[in-house]
Amino acid sequence: MSGPGALWRIARIGRPVTGRMLLAVAAGVAATGAAIGLTATSAWLISRASERPGVLDLMLAVTGVRAFGVSRGAFRYAERLAGHDAAFRILARLRSSAYIRLERLAPAGLAEFRSGDLLSRLVDDVDGLADLWLRVLLPYLIAGIAGAATVGLIALVVPAAALVLAATLIFVAFAVPVVTIRIARRGERRISAERGDLAAASLEVLEGSPEIMVAGATEARLAALAGIDRRLAAAEARTSTGSGAGTLLSGLATGVAVWFGLVAGIAALRAGQIEGVMLAVVALTPIAVHEATAGLVPAAAHLPGLAAMAARLLDVTSRPDTVVEPARPEPLPAGPYGLRSRGLRARYSPDAPDALLMPDFDVAPGGRLLVTGPSGSGKSTFAAVAVRFLEPSTGALELVGSDAETDIRRLAGDDVRRVICLCGQDPHVFDTSIAENVRMARPDATDDQVAAALGRAQLAPWINSLPDGLGTLVGEHGARLSGGQRQRLSLARALLADAPVVIFDEPTEHLDEATATALLGDLLAATAGRTVVMITHRPELIDSVEWATRVDLGSRRG
Amino acid sequence: MALAAAVALGLVTAALAVAQAWLLAVAINSAFVERADFAALQATLAALAVVLGARAVVAWAQESVARRCSAAVKSNLRMRLLRHAAGRPPGSGGPSSGEIVVLATRGLDALDAYFARYLPQFVLAGIVPVVVIGCLATADWLATVTVALTVPLIPMFMVLIGSATERRRRRRWEALARLSGHFLDVVAGLPTLRVFGRSGAQLARLDRVTDDYRRESMATLRVAFLSAFALELAATLSVALVAVGIALRLVDGLMDLRTGLFVLILAPEAYLPLRALGASFHASEEGLAAAGEVFKIIEVPTGAAGAAGGRPRGSAAVPDLRGAEIRVEAVTVRQPGRSLEAPFEASLVLRPGEVVGVAGPSGVGKSTLVNVLLGLQVPDVGRVAVHGGGTGAAVDVADMDMTAWHSHVAWVPQHPFCFAGTVAENVRLAAPNASDQAVRETLAAVDLADLDPATPLAEGGAGLSSGQRRRLGVARALLKGGSVLILDEPTAGLDAAAEATVLASIRAAARERGLAVLLVAHRPAALAVADKVVTIESRRVAPA
Repeated sequence: MSGPGALWRIARIGRPVTGRMLLAVAAGVAATGAAIGLTATSAWLISRASERPGVLDLMLAVTGVRAFGVSRGAFRYAERLAGHDAAFRILARLRSSAYIRLERLAPAGLAEFRSGDLLSRLVDDVDGLADLWLRVLLPYLIAGIAGAATVGLIALVVPAAALVLAATLIFVAFAVPVVTIRIARRGERRISAERGDLAAASLEVLEGSPEIMVAGATEARLAALAGIDRRLAAAEARTSTGSGAGTLLSGLATGVAVWFGLVAGIAALRAGQIEGVMLAVVALTPIAVHEATAGLVPAAAHLPGLAAMAARLLDVTSRPDTVVEPARPEPLPAGPYGLRSRGLRARYSPDAPDALLMPDFDVAPGGRLLVTGPSGSGKSTFAAVAVRFLEPSTGALELVGSDAETDIRRLAGDDVRRVICLCGQDPHVFDTSIAENVRMARPDATDDQVAAALGRAQLAPWINSLPDGLGTLVGEHGARLSGGQRQRLSLARALLADAPVVIFDEPTEHLDEATATALLGDLLAATAGRTVVMITHRPELIDSVEWATRVDLGSRRG
Repeated sequence: MALAAAVALGLVTAALAVAQAWLLAVAINSAFVERADFAALQATLAALAVVLGARAVVAWAQESVARRCSAAVKSNLRMRLLRHAAGRPPGSGGPSSGEIVVLATRGLDALDAYFARYLPQFVLAGIVPVVVIGCLATADWLATVTVALTVPLIPMFMVLIGSATERRRRRRWEALARLSGHFLDVVAGLPTLRVFGRSGAQLARLDRVTDDYRRESMATLRVAFLSAFALELAATLSVALVAVGIALRLVDGLMDLRTGLFVLILAPEAYLPLRALGASFHASEEGLAAAGEVFKIIEVPTGAAGAAGGRPRGSAAVPDLRGAEIRVEAVTVRQPGRSLEAPFEASLVLRPGEVVGVAGPSGVGKSTLVNVLLGLQVPDVGRVAVHGGGTGAAVDVADMDMTAWHSHVAWVPQHPFCFAGTVAENVRLAAPNASDQAVRETLAAVDLADLDPATPLAEGGAGLSSGQRRRLGVARALLKGGSVLILDEPTAGLDAAAEATVLASIRAAARERGLAVLLVAHRPAALAVADKVVTIESRRVAPA
């Protein structure tokens, strides 16, 4: 989607906050009006005073000047508060509307966001878009209304001056930003090639730095980098001339408005169309109006970035749902549960090749299924299909109950996930306590139940050794947990949720052999009696276990 | 130089502001009071047009100069950052190479706003009010006093209210970071939340957290915006007072209109740069944050010992290595963040002319051991020491001057580094003065005789296979000479013929040039050329 279109769609998210935005706009118009009014009224006051009238003739203007002088700051203060309040409320709406979409897409529809960097950029985009209201819409609305009102008032006195003022204001508000953005883009293109060269060369040197150090070549390589750096600095210096164009053009526009205001005023005075006292008003007001619009060029400079954010966000949120929930879901069959797969295939998008070609299998209730195969053979895809994160393209996975066999597509997704629990390859650990991380599987669980689940996952000795026990905070993304501990925590969740069917997706990934073997033994012991699907590319670690069913995805590829 | 230009431009700006006020006052006064016609005003109007145009041009020049200055400062910071990062020993923590490169290129661009917007305003804020007050003093003492009293109030308010709110504002920023962190945490955990049917409940929580944040922030902002309020109030109220003061004296005939207008137009110019300075404060903060980020990294001391063991970098001389033994004495390294000691009590002896093979499963600490030998890493237990180097006493490698030690050691890491340049330039990395003949011979010694030394390589050695890169690394080390040769898996991924050639060259280097060779390898063929093979072990330990 194009940038402006995307921005427009994002802008509509803020509609419920319109009232508060208008409050900020009203305060801002009053503040800007006070600034312009101060200049215009003082100009009149001084001109009139020079005619030495009685002091009483000036009282209204004196009061006006003082009132404008005092009120401007107060109105600006109100505008800032109301604007920020509105922006925070819009932020909340942006987040919840993004969350509602992401919730339906995760994880199969967000495959490329598995890397943390892309995901955090997506989240930053959502937060950054609040600037559209605070830094772009608000200043433009205020300057637009205050500017139009001033032009209208001057038009009543000297229409020619008003015309020139209006033209220069429109020039500053719209033409100058377009020119500045274009120049900035051209400069960026010129610099980005040099910057790319420097980035590539520096990465080379930094990654090879130990070898370079031992080779005694650090100085030589840094000298080579300095050469590229000089080229980048020179390119940046070359673009500096154009970068001030916005300042130059707005400055010239102000000059034109002031000069023509004065000349048109003098002409009107000589033609007898205005009184002498109005000349200073017509000549000086444009200075104040242009001062008020000076912030528009930097405000508009946010637009390309915001448009890119909006486009990136909408590209994600406008994706189709990854599964179709049945219009009228069937009830869950009664337990205990087995699984049956017939001709099951799946793909991540209609035109992509099959990511999964599942050989048929049957697992009896309480039985164990071992799924093996090299990476890329569709093991995790199977897990996604089994918990209704991804729609099968053909075939069916059936939940075999004691009274019925039901294709999981005919069940509500949440019902399927109540029965089939997935302990993923990289279980997410939330930035909270150990207890809360486990309790999320069943919010009404007591502390004892949480502790029992952790105990069965063999985490009790570790937790007891921690000074804060269950209340220990795990740090961002579970930074204080080892890979094995994360898997055990994930197991404790599954045990607490008491799911009759548990799928383990590569629980031993990133673990050394001894840890992996111990973990697998514990996982299988803790889930005794449940139906278990174990997905692994290291089947040799669990050869000792009796598997009711084995499926090798590798053999069916090609 | 740049500062001088900025000050000169600031003075010109102030002079133009005064000229503009004067010309406007003269023109309005002449047309209004003296009823002058256009012919009489021609000169004044022409001068005014020039002054107005010049103001725009000077403002533009100021920004251009500032940006040029920014480019120079960024270049300086960039090179200091890269120089520092290139000296970091492996495994010393801190930001990754990728993060440093992003900071050095895109990250520093935040300084542009600081230089282009904040600094010029800072200079103007120092010059313009002084010039304006000086000019007002020639026209009207009352206005002069009013402005002179209120202008200093503005920075005072900014500092006073600013420092009172600064701490609170910083707490807000931290809260904002936490808030973003919470949102990211929830989005990243969506698959897990969905598995347990908890994703819907998180929406309400997300709204509540954002709303709590809004209410707390507004409480802080109510105070923080007071500084801007005081600033605006001081600026506009004093202009209003000046205007009313002029009007009253005009009525009493104590002042003429021209002077009155001049003062009225000029007085706000004293506040303009200060207000613009307040507005660009945000830009300055972002720029300073980027620079702060650089300094935070630069100020972490480098040097293997300094980073790993908290000891200062050694300065001991390297003993004569001919006839000396390099002993690895029970070296144990605790792997950071893992309950693993790898290697655990590794011991071996390197002698001139001998090839010692090092074996062991992956992850056992072979590469860590190599880092210790190179002095890039300090072991937690044990040491690497040179015995019998003429002085009699043993010298710990960690105490040696690193540059001197490295001049005796050639090293082939697992993934040798290649840079954009010719093959010959890459081979000459450690021996820049080696002859073309020597380069060709060394390439032949690693079975790369077919590779033209003049072949250009793209970034990261693109154009070479990984096997060719490894052999290029070996060639580079062989060309360097020295007394010790350390090779980390030099023949992994090579075919049997190439492997045989490379191993023969290594063997020959030990025998003919008396090099002490340490050969880390997996394959039996590679280990077969060793005089002796040491197997490294690791040990799991209880978590700390």
